[in-house]
Amino acid sequence: MNTILKTKKITPIISVRRVTKNFDGVRAVDDLSIEIEKGKITGIIGPNGSGKTTLINLLTGMIPFDTGSVFVNGSKELFKIKAYDISVFGSTRTFQDVRLFEQMTVLDNILVVLTERNVASALFEKHKKFHNQKAKEVLEKMGLWGKKNELAVNLSYGQRKLLEIARVLATKSDVYFLDEPFAGLFPEMVKLISEIIKELKQQGKTVILIEHDMSLIRELCDYVFVMESGNLLAEGEPKEVLGDKKVIEAYLGE
Amino acid sequence: MEYLIHLGILFAIYTILGVSLNLVVGYTGLLSVTQAAFYGIGAYATAILLTQTGIGFFTSMILGVILAMSISFLIGLVLSRFRDDYYALASLGFNVIVFSIFLNWQDLTRGPLGIPGISKPDLRFFNYDFSFSSNFSYLILTIIFAVLIYLVSKFIVNSSFGRVLKAIREDEKAIQVFGYNTLYYKLAIFVISAGMASVAGSLFASYITFVDPSSFYLMESVFILTIIILGGLANLRGAVLGALIMILLPEILRFVGFPSDIAAQMRQVVYGLILILLMLYRPKGFLGEYEI
Repeated sequence: MNTILKTKKITPIISVRRVTKNFDGVRAVDDLSIEIEKGKITGIIGPNGSGKTTLINLLTGMIPFDTGSVFVNGSKELFKIKAYDISVFGSTRTFQDVRLFEQMTVLDNILVVLTERNVASALFEKHKKFHNQKAKEVLEKMGLWGKKNELAVNLSYGQRKLLEIARVLATKSDVYFLDEPFAGLFPEMVKLISEIIKELKQQGKTVILIEHDMSLIRELCDYVFVMESGNLLAEGEPKEVLGDKKVIEAYLGE
Repeated sequence: MEYLIHLGILFAIYTILGVSLNLVVGYTGLLSVTQAAFYGIGAYATAILLTQTGIGFFTSMILGVILAMSISFLIGLVLSRFRDDYYALASLGFNVIVFSIFLNWQDLTRGPLGIPGISKPDLRFFNYDFSFSSNFSYLILTIIFAVLIYLVSKFIVNSSFGRVLKAIREDEKAIQVFGYNTLYYKLAIFVISAGMASVAGSLFASYITFVDPSSFYLMESVFILTIIILGGLANLRGAVLGALIMILLPEILRFVGFPSDIAAQMRQVVYGLILILLMLYRPKGFLGEYEI
């Protein structure tokens, strides 16, 4: 196979070691090993059904992996990940099929990720003012402050996407998994979100981005993994990977 | 007047049951059909302790709450493995189990014969004795408990904890990703709600002075569920309104001139029809902030 595999020395924030995931006999992720560099924007591309979202779901504890192990942000070797542990590892994510707390207000959608995690402390919350300030800051950035008392279910598609981004920005994480954050958005919203992703990088954060728009991948990503049928087809800097013949054949079908 | 006081006491008791169940069903989205079990545990705790031991009503209430909370903790642990429709079915199973225990543990509960002769509470402040033996004083007592439980519930739903409950209802997996171990939250609210229902049970037992298993059958859980669906899920005032309607409706229908031989059945029919119409045209109930 004519894959481009790099052996460059990097400082990984996430290491995936020989991870496999089967769905009823279908290999969604097949013996995959990758390392994601700290403080960079890493793109994951590939045709539909190639295992990109599954990979992110595995890394964020949404679904268990069958075999293999993972290191996240200085953690010990993890053989399984619980969803509620990923914030302990400094990770957060958005969802391809925007998942908001629909019958809650826009403001509550943000506040709920800011407040105390422990049951007893959540009952007697001490930092209400601070949380409100933080929520205001991220909602203003997304232009949603004026909608703070509306139910999330009543927002337009684009606003829902922005609210989901606002929600992860409120968390103060080290690693941001963004699953197709640009899909279906107007150009000005695309611009806003790309600026935010660049800002995250400037703050030393790590961004893992699933995206279909190759010009955005070129513009934003430092490094790209190309997946196909649960395997790694290629990896490298965007300009070399996107010019690779195999990648073009597999992915773009041109 | 006695009749109105009687309705008032029932209204206060069902307000407690409705408000407590709304915490679990309306706010957390767990379709529990087992509230009558905890209501019954409170009632039987008070009935047995008052008739067989020398301890007072308020102590029996506290012991009932502790018992109901302990049992609900175990039930909640099992229920946490279910979701949606299956949750409802499994919780319904627990109601049936607890009901059979009331019915069949005859040494303790006297089974279908029930336990008569439960006394009304007394309060002793230093040298001053106060008895709640009159219905009016008992009405005041139940209203005080209903208000207290309403205020505690209000505090819970307005806290950060309450916000997480709603997020669990909306998308449990998504809120887990933000670092919440949702099992603890679901258990906590289930146990708190059971404790509240047990308070209602103690008040009921001492008021009627008699308990038997038939008051805590599955239909009672459905009745409490109807209160909150009618009044409005995820709205505390909705639970109060629902309790008011469900207590008053049969009384109002009493005044509709059905022929006496079919009056009881006709009331049931009208009652069913109103619910069906409401579900068709106002699925959120009167004050609901959440629709199943």
